[in-house]
Amino acid sequence: MSTRQFGQPVQRKEDPRLVTGNGRYLDDLGQDAYEVAFVRSPHAHARITDIDVDEAVEIDGVVAVFTHEDLDGPAADRLPLLIPHPSIEAGRTGYPLAKDEINHVGEAIVMVVARDRYLAEDAAQRIVVTYELLPPVVGIAKSRDGELLVHDDAPGNVAAHLLQEVGNVEPAMAAAPHTLTLDLEIERSACMPMEGKGVLAHWDSDEQRMRIHSSTQTTTGVRAAVAAKLALPLAQVECIAPDVGGGFGVKIMHPWPEEVLIPWASRRLNHDVKWTEDRREHFTSSAHERGQLQTVTVGFDDDGRLLALDVKFWHDNGAYLPYGVIVPIITATQLLGPYKPQNYRVEFWSMYTNTVLVTPYRGAGRPQGCYAMERTMDAIAAELGLDRTEVRSRNFIQPEEMPYDQGLLFQDGRPLKYDSGDFPASLAKLKALVGWDDFPAYKKEAEAQGRKVGLGIGCYVEGTGVGPYEGGHVHVETSGRVNVATGLTTQGQGHQTILAQIVADELGVSIDDVHVTTGDTRRMPYAVGTFASRGAVMSGNAVALAARAVRAKALRIAADALEVSEDDLQIEDGTISVKGAPHASIALSTVAVMSNPLRYAFDESAKAATQFAGTYDPDKPPIADDDEPGLEGKDFYSPTQATFANGMHAAIVETDPVTAEIKILRYCVVHDCGTVVNPMIVEGQVHGGVAQGVGGALYERMAYDESGQLLNASFMDFLIPYASEVPHIETDHLETPSPLNPLGIKGAGEAGTIPVTATIASAISDAEGFAIRSMPISPDELWDLRRQRALAATSSSTPEEPA
Amino acid sequence: MKPAPFVHHSPHTLDEAVETLREVGHDGKVLAGGQSLIPVLNMRLAQPAHLVDINRVAGLDTITVTDHFVRVGATVRHAALQRHDDAYAVLPVLRQALNNVAHPAIRNRGTTVGSIAHADAAGEMPSIAVLTNAVMEVIGPKGRREVAAGDFFEGPLQTVLEADELLEAVRFARFGPSTRTAFLESARRHGDYALAGVGVAVDVEGEGSDAVVRGARAAYVSVTDIPVVIDLTEVVAGQRISSSWDGVDELVQAGIAPEADIHASSDYRRVLAAELTRRALTGAVS
Repeated sequence: MSTRQFGQPVQRKEDPRLVTGNGRYLDDLGQDAYEVAFVRSPHAHARITDIDVDEAVEIDGVVAVFTHEDLDGPAADRLPLLIPHPSIEAGRTGYPLAKDEINHVGEAIVMVVARDRYLAEDAAQRIVVTYELLPPVVGIAKSRDGELLVHDDAPGNVAAHLLQEVGNVEPAMAAAPHTLTLDLEIERSACMPMEGKGVLAHWDSDEQRMRIHSSTQTTTGVRAAVAAKLALPLAQVECIAPDVGGGFGVKIMHPWPEEVLIPWASRRLNHDVKWTEDRREHFTSSAHERGQLQTVTVGFDDDGRLLALDVKFWHDNGAYLPYGVIVPIITATQLLGPYKPQNYRVEFWSMYTNTVLVTPYRGAGRPQGCYAMERTMDAIAAELGLDRTEVRSRNFIQPEEMPYDQGLLFQDGRPLKYDSGDFPASLAKLKALVGWDDFPAYKKEAEAQGRKVGLGIGCYVEGTGVGPYEGGHVHVETSGRVNVATGLTTQGQGHQTILAQIVADELGVSIDDVHVTTGDTRRMPYAVGTFASRGAVMSGNAVALAARAVRAKALRIAADALEVSEDDLQIEDGTISVKGAPHASIALSTVAVMSNPLRYAFDESAKAATQFAGTYDPDKPPIADDDEPGLEGKDFYSPTQATFANGMHAAIVETDPVTAEIKILRYCVVHDCGTVVNPMIVEGQVHGGVAQGVGGALYERMAYDESGQLLNASFMDFLIPYASEVPHIETDHLETPSPLNPLGIKGAGEAGTIPVTATIASAISDAEGFAIRSMPISPDELWDLRRQRALAATSSSTPEEPA
Repeated sequence: MKPAPFVHHSPHTLDEAVETLREVGHDGKVLAGGQSLIPVLNMRLAQPAHLVDINRVAGLDTITVTDHFVRVGATVRHAALQRHDDAYAVLPVLRQALNNVAHPAIRNRGTTVGSIAHADAAGEMPSIAVLTNAVMEVIGPKGRREVAAGDFFEGPLQTVLEADELLEAVRFARFGPSTRTAFLESARRHGDYALAGVGVAVDVEGEGSDAVVRGARAAYVSVTDIPVVIDLTEVVAGQRISSSWDGVDELVQAGIAPEADIHASSDYRRVLAAELTRRALTGAVS
């Protein structure tokens, strides 16, 4: 009897290889390749007046030095604006190598190709670039002033401006018994995968063919971009993602300048060329996210029910806009979470600054939206003296209202329509898990001991599994080995395991026989990529559909051979048998042999197949008109819209009364990602997400100074939480299947990250007795807030001067 | 992030090491554990032409405990000193401080003497050197000399060591039997450079709840430009061990000059250092 794999905590198939050091990451490849170092701008805003490379080319081992002048064809043009949108008023992108103007520290200016990276860096050090400095625009406030411009032709530094409205906010706000306005701030962080970016290009001049390895989240995207930028036929370009040491969003952006330049140099030099990003480059030359200023005005009734919600926010998109407005659109739409605002207006401005560009980072605009909404919910509760969960509860969309259309357009241009979810049930689970109702007693007890403790909550809804499509290919070899391919890439999520679980169940084979390949355009040329918590939803359903096609074909062939009806057959442990008559059976591997009329007896299964060969109809071709040789199937899954997962977090924090140090005592998560393929992997995703969320809430920020220098571009000063800073995470689950896809799956990849900043802000506010409005927060900042409040209290207690 | 070219020297004896240092002079840098030097080289913030690697020099990796001091050789790893039970028994503040030095991987390579020679006031061990009135054993082309810890540090990353000299060992002086110690620090993440840190040595007379403090000294991490000791005796002498340590805050805050950086303001560090001092005093005597 086969054990059903779906839903089981199956051990990750990829781990023995990865944890024993046998992973194959980009820098493990291309040992004979030339290596590249870049001269990058030390200034945030400048014009290049001269580049002197004379000394560099003298160094032994230096192969070539390239500047923008050397680039030719489309490679010399600006990089593409990947996702145009009607809201974009001034879409600007950079060049692969800066042409004349520099817009952020770290922008690539000169590419040095040498025998190894050491020599390349020696040479880069000797290149002299002369600049004419321009005034930098750093920070949203300065950008919003519009006095100084990042791009001369982008007035007011506005890249994009979008207004969406549902209902009619103005009269509803005017009529509301209560209104509140909150000014909120959230700072930049970044993905910071352990492995940075990296590209290896192999140009085959005989075949006129380019093979690219890139540490990317989308090989099909890189392939198409390189074909376009190098003016090569698509058929002559292939792209493979080797093991990828984390992505978290930064590697979905493409093409990165280096993804154009390295293949370009490989063709120019007719030699393998490789570039491996170092950590400093990753800080100043890849992408950040999160930075926003927000103003929320909310109208509500005496019970805390929302009547009108008016949100304005300013989103820092950095120096360029290659990924369009995906991040602010997600903030604008996902801000609503599990609530019904009745009337909602959201307006955003996506602003240029002379800093590293901004592209999606795990959560992708949602942590900011959740933060705005949840700070608002807490403010309503404080204003009315209500329990914070009660206010939330009263505004929840109810299960019977599903599917619920929020009336907005989501990031994929499709309706923001929640497919399923049971928010009251999730909240009940969370309250039970954290002991919500017992907390006041605990807090009182702690206060008596001179301790400050606080409880916080954060709720979110996350659109996951966006389209347009993903494909699956399943092939059964005559050995019984099952090869599965899907085009999206893997950065450690466990795709090798969960896709194998799905296929093993669908085909009735052992999971050990199933081998999954991801992110190789040679195996699956049409694919989208790994982002938006879409891997399990999209590729999970795609490989299930492909496996079903294979199963149908296997049953047809077996039914023919066994002379029974397909309906009477079952597949278990790789054997097809007649239900109730197990001796009448045939191995799936044998069926694989039979599926191909070309049957040399290479092995035992081929020999075995001959006994079933039987007679054939001489009037029919060996392969029927509507058939193909081989036991394989391919299908694509393409949903009408995203599926919406949800979750709720609660945290108990303690703040030191003197030093303002902040400690998370407990962290509880209830999440609902539909039907769970592998609970252990989902749990791991939640843990990792919470860890990154804790980073964003308490530790990580990009410390730019006024001149646009990033002061903490290293792991010594950019504070990613260690294991010692990540709390033990307590989880509970709810499974509300998605009605939108055959497996009922919703995405889980980003979930853990989304509400952490909101939850921690809520908990610290509760501990301190005043509202936290700017995140992340450090002990130093909390201490300073206390001091300011104490000063304000002192000065307001003194009699006021007569006017 | 690859270093600029350099010549790697690997002497096997102390004489060879001294001779090599004499030859390379200001163009050279001593490589011991490399936990500070190698990142700086990789970022090309320093580009010495010669590295004198002392890791293979015989006899530098020993810890000696005598009646008066704990002597630590130049290549003794933090981890070795941290888990050295005899050293802990006679001078517990060594382990108390070393528990806060970065993380196990760094302690396994980094050397205590190297961190003192590096003279980063954010390092724990320079402050322990001044707290214990350690003696620096310096060797150079002109022979050996000894320098008191209080005279060793001249400024941030600056010591009295000449370019051709090597810090051969540090002798941490043992406290008397009535002295109790504690070390506390607060860092943004466990094992990071501290926002502020303090080691205290408290001289206590008597036992149990009747015990009375005779005197106390405190040495600081990250709140001064060179390691300093503040003598707290005038405000703690005569106090019971259940003291609330009145007067300590003012004395500490007057004796330090923390700089602001992206992690914390100067004011915050000042308050933090004072509070840590009070908690360390309580920790030491309780």
